Amino acid sequence: MKESIKSSAGKRGDNIRSDCYIEIQLKDSGGIKLDLKSKVEVMYGESIKELIFEMSKFFNLKNAKIVCEDYGALPFVIAARFELAVKRLFPGSKKEFLLPFLKQNEYSTTKDRLRRTRLYLPGNEPKFFINAGLHSPDGIILDLEDSVAPTEKDAAQLLVRNALRSVDFYGAERMVRINQLPKGLNDLKYIVPHNVHVILIPKCESAEQVKAVEKEVDKLKKQHNIKSEIYFMPIIESALGVIKSYEIASASKNNCALAIGLEDYTADIGTQRTNEGRESIFARQMLVNAARAAGIQPIDTVFSDVADMEGLRQSVIEAKSLGFEGKGCIHPRQIPVVHQAFAPTSDEIEKAKKIVLAFEEAEKKGLGVVALGSKMIDPPVVKRAIRTIDLAIKNNLLNKNWKEKQ
Amino acid sequence: MKLVKNAADRLVPSEVNGQEQIPFKGVNKHKPTGYKAKPPIRSCVDYPWDGNKLVKDLKSALKKSGIKDGMTISTHHHFRNGDYVTNMLFDIIHEMGIKNIRWFPSASFPVHQHLIKYLEDGTIHHIEGSMNGPLGKFTSEGKMKGIGVLRSHGGRYQAVQDGEVNIDIAVIAAPTADAFGNATGDRGPAACGPLGFALVDSEYADKVIVVTDNLVPFPCYPWMIQGNNVDFVVKVDSIGDPSKIVSGTTEITKSPDRLLIAEYIAQFLDDAGIMKDGFSFQAGAGGTSLAFIPFLKERMKAKNVKARFVRGGSTKYLVELLNEGFTDYILDGQTFDLEGVRSLRENPNHINTSPFTSYNFHGKGNFASIVDAAILGATEVDINFNANVVTHSDGYLLHGIGGWQNCLYSKCTILAIPSFRDRIPVIVDEVTTLCGPGELIDVIVTERGIAINPRRKDLLSAVKNSSLPIRDIKEIKKEVDAICGGKPARPKLNKDKVVAIVKWVDGTVLDSVFQVEN
Repeated sequence: MKESIKSSAGKRGDNIRSDCYIEIQLKDSGGIKLDLKSKVEVMYGESIKELIFEMSKFFNLKNAKIVCEDYGALPFVIAARFELAVKRLFPGSKKEFLLPFLKQNEYSTTKDRLRRTRLYLPGNEPKFFINAGLHSPDGIILDLEDSVAPTEKDAAQLLVRNALRSVDFYGAERMVRINQLPKGLNDLKYIVPHNVHVILIPKCESAEQVKAVEKEVDKLKKQHNIKSEIYFMPIIESALGVIKSYEIASASKNNCALAIGLEDYTADIGTQRTNEGRESIFARQMLVNAARAAGIQPIDTVFSDVADMEGLRQSVIEAKSLGFEGKGCIHPRQIPVVHQAFAPTSDEIEKAKKIVLAFEEAEKKGLGVVALGSKMIDPPVVKRAIRTIDLAIKNNLLNKNWKEKQ
Repeated sequence: MKLVKNAADRLVPSEVNGQEQIPFKGVNKHKPTGYKAKPPIRSCVDYPWDGNKLVKDLKSALKKSGIKDGMTISTHHHFRNGDYVTNMLFDIIHEMGIKNIRWFPSASFPVHQHLIKYLEDGTIHHIEGSMNGPLGKFTSEGKMKGIGVLRSHGGRYQAVQDGEVNIDIAVIAAPTADAFGNATGDRGPAACGPLGFALVDSEYADKVIVVTDNLVPFPCYPWMIQGNNVDFVVKVDSIGDPSKIVSGTTEITKSPDRLLIAEYIAQFLDDAGIMKDGFSFQAGAGGTSLAFIPFLKERMKAKNVKARFVRGGSTKYLVELLNEGFTDYILDGQTFDLEGVRSLRENPNHINTSPFTSYNFHGKGNFASIVDAAILGATEVDINFNANVVTHSDGYLLHGIGGWQNCLYSKCTILAIPSFRDRIPVIVDEVTTLCGPGELIDVIVTERGIAINPRRKDLLSAVKNSSLPIRDIKEIKKEVDAICGGKPARPKLNKDKVVAIVKWVDGTVLDSVFQVEN
């Protein structure tokens, strides 16, 4: 049964925070010997030992020398690192050590919820996880793709799985970006059973890719008896993807949004990203059009200069004018700036209020047509007005009881 | 050692280093009477008529001061981690074979770990000041011969005035001085800003030695230390490493969680109605307490509000407020960056203050209680709002008290703290060491929400319509314990061995620091 004698997982070094390093060396006798060095030994040494002994028992380790260098890792991190060290010893092992699913995380999402901001978190950097939700992004993305080194993909899968169970998302939509297909299909079993809300499909270039994800997700949902909806957000990052964007956007009824990733796209068309963004104007307009045609949300790329808040604000105003509804964030400080920039203006709010009131009036009277003054109002316009009101309330620009105060 | 329970329900010794102690009686309960301690009478005829008090080196000055075993020798900490003089001083004392010195610094820094060998060989008997970093570890492990005494900046002034500490020799490192002993900190190669922490030493010590690397012709003006209090002046090559005395630039934290705390503080001051025309506040040097200043400035600008004064330690962020007209004055006790030093030197509205004016319990009032809001840090806070600044949750001494205890007297004391650090909860059931009674601590601002002391009904009602996440402190604690995997275990302490005591601002003993057992 000993496929390999020694393995390790996690990180070590003076600069490591909120993570740990685990080494397991299988022995023929002597039971479990644990050598623990922890920054929080006084406060949590006993609890770390308990967890490691419990996990050793769970994975049937009988005789082993275990080293744990802990830099203040939370239990879900220690568990992920330990499980990885075991899996690296026994690659065939199917056993999963699951910590209790946090009650606060038992909420679902809706297809058309607000997705103004989605905060990217590198999937193998646990120190960023625990407080991400405090910054109130609409969604939090645990990333398994570009921010994770190729040699640590297995580490990120377990860490992200544990995070979905143990980290409070504080009401943010729970998103995971899987790896580029076909490898990404293998990520799904680590996330689908753990209440992921939205799966981001990177570098998407065909409807078949979305369908392949959908098929695998459906299979896993059936296996685990999952009833809540899991949505998809394909990310378009190439010339081919842009051309196929409508097919992709309409490939699944569970697509909720279509996003664009400009770093890869600009490289693919043989140019460079600029602040003005002239090089990507076609792609972005095409994407907005494709998403709208398919009835889903168009979402803009990330703004990568985290120090330039004014540049970010301008880029959101531009994105809004092109028809985008959301923006990727790579730093929590970007979130309030994006929310403010997407917020409706006072003119927009006033107009929306009139439309919503006229619509309700028409409904009350049983009229089939909504009119504002002499102007007829179409249903999509009413829908947009309701959305504007929602946004205004969310941004504290309008009291939620505004109708009573008319 | 006999321990008694004080009014805060903490066990404290009734005698320390052979001196009788008064256990803490409660906030504002202890008021000594009688007369203050006084320095010996001197006559000007005993000093050089030409005003030249230069002696050839520090050793000669110590000899002339009559140094002997068991004396109390004081230093100041305005050079922070760039201090050369204290280490140089004890190298000489050691070389002279002097033993059992009571070292009375206004604070210590990691650079002073050089002195551990002198604590080991008996040159230094014990420290009364702060025991930071390596000195804290040394003390916590029970290795110091005597018992450490931790005091606030104001408490240090009080201890001298009460005669609790009689300084035999004060060694005052001065960035610029003349041969008469007039000295200042705002100029010279080792410029550090104010010299206020050395003021009491200069006024009360039996002998005062000024050590400088920048000797100027008489008069050194404006002076912060008066030559009339000085016995000897020594010129050395260098008194400190300027790059470690003040930082070239102080940078605001980049941590998004700390910035969130800073943003909450600014909004709290605004929503609670504290930020209004003519208000005042004090900001510390920590990353978070610096970071709220730009957020507050935006709000002051939007509402066209101006402060009457702000209190340092100053940094370029306070200097910006002064220069841009958001405050009339900076009242500064110490300076943390070069921009602060420059401003103190050049701007008459940037004012040099000392623990006498700011914090002294035996003054006829002090500035601390006039300040509308003080934003401070802490290592631990408990559910009754008691706070700790000297030890960590593992029981080890790590920081001094600084002006922290004194600032608690502000009208609204706010502790800006993360709810946990790595896996260590900051909000606990009971603090490891009590440094500040909860009745003086009004608001705790964490990234997980803001807890207001239930005693402050006025503040609770002032922010009742605010969008801020106002929460019960117990609720925040519960959430953090769950994140960290249960309540933290307490350190194993030897309750028979007190390694240091924490004084309250009035000189009574607030708590004991016990030896950490390995």
